[in-house]
Amino acid sequence: MVKINGNEVNAAGITLTDYLAGAGYDEKRVAVELNGDIVPKARYKETILNDGDSVEVVSFVGGG
Amino acid sequence: MWGAADMIPTRDEWHNALKARHGAELQRRLDRAAVAVCGLGGLGSNIAVALTRAGVGRLILIDFDRVDITNLHRQQYKITQLGKYKTEALSENLNEIAPYTARETHTVRIDESNAAELLKGADIICEAFDNAECKAMLTNLVLEKLPDKYLVAASGMAGLGSPNAIRTRRITDRFYLSGDGVSDVADDIGLVAPRVMLCAAHQAQTVIRIIAGQFN
Repeated sequence: MVKINGNEVNAAGITLTDYLAGAGYDEKRVAVELNGDIVPKARYKETILNDGDSVEVVSFVGGG
Repeated sequence: MWGAADMIPTRDEWHNALKARHGAELQRRLDRAAVAVCGLGGLGSNIAVALTRAGVGRLILIDFDRVDITNLHRQQYKITQLGKYKTEALSENLNEIAPYTARETHTVRIDESNAAELLKGADIICEAFDNAECKAMLTNLVLEKLPDKYLVAASGMAGLGSPNAIRTRRITDRFYLSGDGVSDVADDIGLVAPRVMLCAAHQAQTVIRIIAGQFN
């Protein structure tokens, strides 16, 4: 299981790109932290989520 | 007591007043700090006022836009400043509050090609844009390319939701995020001054806490 935004999610083995798309995130509006570090956008496709990973997806909304 | 506009206190008098409030150690840290504010709208103009009043030594203010009548309900501009560049208008207003704060202004649109150069002098960067994609762009850019800097970003402060829903979280060692996370300007009645100011105040206070060495 992967902990994503505080919830245990069955996402081990899939790429970050596939997780974000499947969960309905717009990649242009997000920043992703994986185990304490920001994942560079260019590495979303090659980043595979593993059992025990902790992920925070920050999805920005408009306004300021 | 200072009463007339032509009797502006000296730099030393102003600085001593700040030291009396903050203590010498915190004020020494504030004096040395350089903070960039990216976007001078509802968040950025209010952040800049708060940081100026608090005595942050150096501000880098960045916005490409001009003051519009639709800004006045939440942004720190005056009706007499319509049409001026926000960098210029905000500098005028900040100068009336604290003429001795060092300020650098850049009237440009921040993008991936110029951000690193514009932000190189800052210790802490405030993301204060309106557009969600621009917010994400700056956040990813700073965290990927400028890893020695702190970023204080904002997401979710539109509408009439409870003020208590606005909070600040530390996402990584160098990345703080203020807002309720969900209230999109596109979904509701738009931005209402106090809630935007509240989010801006969260960001400004987070900046000052980082300067003070209080990271959690």
